[in-house]
Amino acid sequence: MLAADGLSFAYQGEPVVAQIGLSLPRGEMLGIIGPNGSGKSTLLGLLCGMLSPQSGSVELMERPLADYSRAQVARRLGLVPQNAELASGFTVRETVLAGRFALMGGRMFENAQDRQAAAEALELTGLTELQERRAGELSGGERQRLALARALASEPQVVLLDEPTSALDLKHQRMIMELLERACAQRGLAVGLVSHDLNLAGMYCHHLLLLSNGRALASGPPDQVLTPELLSRAYGVEVAVDQEPSRGRPRVTLRASELS
Amino acid sequence: MRATPKNLLWVCLGLFGLLVVALLIGLGLGTVSLTPGQFMEWLGGELEGAPAIILGQLRLPRLLLAGLVGACLGLSGAVFQAMLRNPLAEPFILGVSGGAACGAVVAVLIGIAGLWGQSLLAFGGALGTVGLVLAIARRRGSLETSTLILSGVMINAFFTALIMFVISTTSDQKLHAILFWLYGDLAAANLPKVWLLLPVTVLGTAVIMFFAKHLNLLTAGGMAASTLGVAVERVKLTMFLVVSLLVGVTVSLSGLIGFVGLMVPHLVRMTLGHDHRLLLPASALFGASFLMLADTAARTIISPSSLPVGVVTAFLGAPFFVLLMARRGSRWW
Repeated sequence: MLAADGLSFAYQGEPVVAQIGLSLPRGEMLGIIGPNGSGKSTLLGLLCGMLSPQSGSVELMERPLADYSRAQVARRLGLVPQNAELASGFTVRETVLAGRFALMGGRMFENAQDRQAAAEALELTGLTELQERRAGELSGGERQRLALARALASEPQVVLLDEPTSALDLKHQRMIMELLERACAQRGLAVGLVSHDLNLAGMYCHHLLLLSNGRALASGPPDQVLTPELLSRAYGVEVAVDQEPSRGRPRVTLRASELS
Repeated sequence: MRATPKNLLWVCLGLFGLLVVALLIGLGLGTVSLTPGQFMEWLGGELEGAPAIILGQLRLPRLLLAGLVGACLGLSGAVFQAMLRNPLAEPFILGVSGGAACGAVVAVLIGIAGLWGQSLLAFGGALGTVGLVLAIARRRGSLETSTLILSGVMINAFFTALIMFVISTTSDQKLHAILFWLYGDLAAANLPKVWLLLPVTVLGTAVIMFFAKHLNLLTAGGMAASTLGVAVERVKLTMFLVVSLLVGVTVSLSGLIGFVGLMVPHLVRMTLGHDHRLLLPASALFGASFLMLADTAARTIISPSSLPVGVVTAFLGAPFFVLLMARRGSRWW
């Protein structure tokens, strides 16, 4: 669905992302992990077309991303940035309906299909009860779910998310990850997410891409990427890796430094 | 209120009713009182003499102009607030009206007489000021309140100085008229002015309404709007061109009437919510009624003398502004 090749981006002469290639096939979830400043968010910006790469290319459904208009991109790709912009005065329901913009074309008002899609997105993110509240009255976690609901309302084939669970409690972390997992399995959604939570990414993603200083240090299934050697090279700390009990995926534990 | 075609129709009908009431009040009240009987005669075309002239040639054009100016200002306020993502944005406070006034004064100074020439230069002045405000806002993605107010104060100070400079070179007998115009005055209303503003208002409203959905997303932010499919730069450019035109022509015809663009959209939001598909037409219609009533008050409060209508709107608007500023940071935006 989404593929990138040889992506490079420099900010004021400093390379932030260098020579990164990835592919995001239908029905798969890719986790992009790496330490602070390793270029994760920049990579996401390049993948959704908000940033233009200095070299390399991004293809959305086998066509260069640059050939699409913003509305055409929005019909295929949803983005949930870390601190998503929401209009505080709009209600939750209005915010999610606004996600239908690209599909409405010249229509002034939403039709039954638009309302149906919005209602589903609200249901999936557990916001149905809150739909008449104003976005400005929501908690950080609720805002994060609202931004996801708005992106899902446009029924995209690809969703990119930046730290979608950073403000969420355990219950809602699982809710979001499992709704993405279900959408991958049932609707063939392709998901790319940036995460700091290695364990959560390891538990739900099909593939992981480990970035370090803007370069791809490793890429593959979680058990091949979440290894003590690779992680200590990327993060510069010692970690222990064992298996988590529910799915047998790798579990990363930080080792405390020696007391001096 | 949910933005549905039915609700839009109800809102428009209701506010149109208010508009008719405001028009009737404005026609009826004034230094010369008229009986309902005379009014009915006038409607039937049977009234003659002074009362007919007062109704047909003084009050009616003045009310129509007030309505159109109010609609333009209400709409411009709503658009500025969405584009700059700041609830205090408004043509007068931003200095855009000042820029337009400066353009109109320059038109008079260099001898471009006539409504069209003045309006054109006022449009240029408004456009230049909008460009300046945008250049300031661009650095931040939105215009913070302190920056907005400070830049507005400075832009207004500069234009006031420039206008005073021009006034100082003109003869004394024009002073009263210029001074009234600077405070926003509709006393010089006539039908040619109405015929100039009417197509501008209709065209501007139509274009702005077309972008109501876009404005909904831009209220969230440029990044969100862009990822959801809005061609942000193009829409912003179009919107700023259109509101500059509305403000420019309005100012050249009626002077500096402040705070309408602030109060009207806010009062509408409090009752109808933030969706621009309702907010924009409601702001235009309510702005029209609002300014008709404000101008009627300006004509009657100190009758037989009259006030510039800008004095009335400032009496109401300045406290409103302070109230909004005090509540800034609350959840409305």
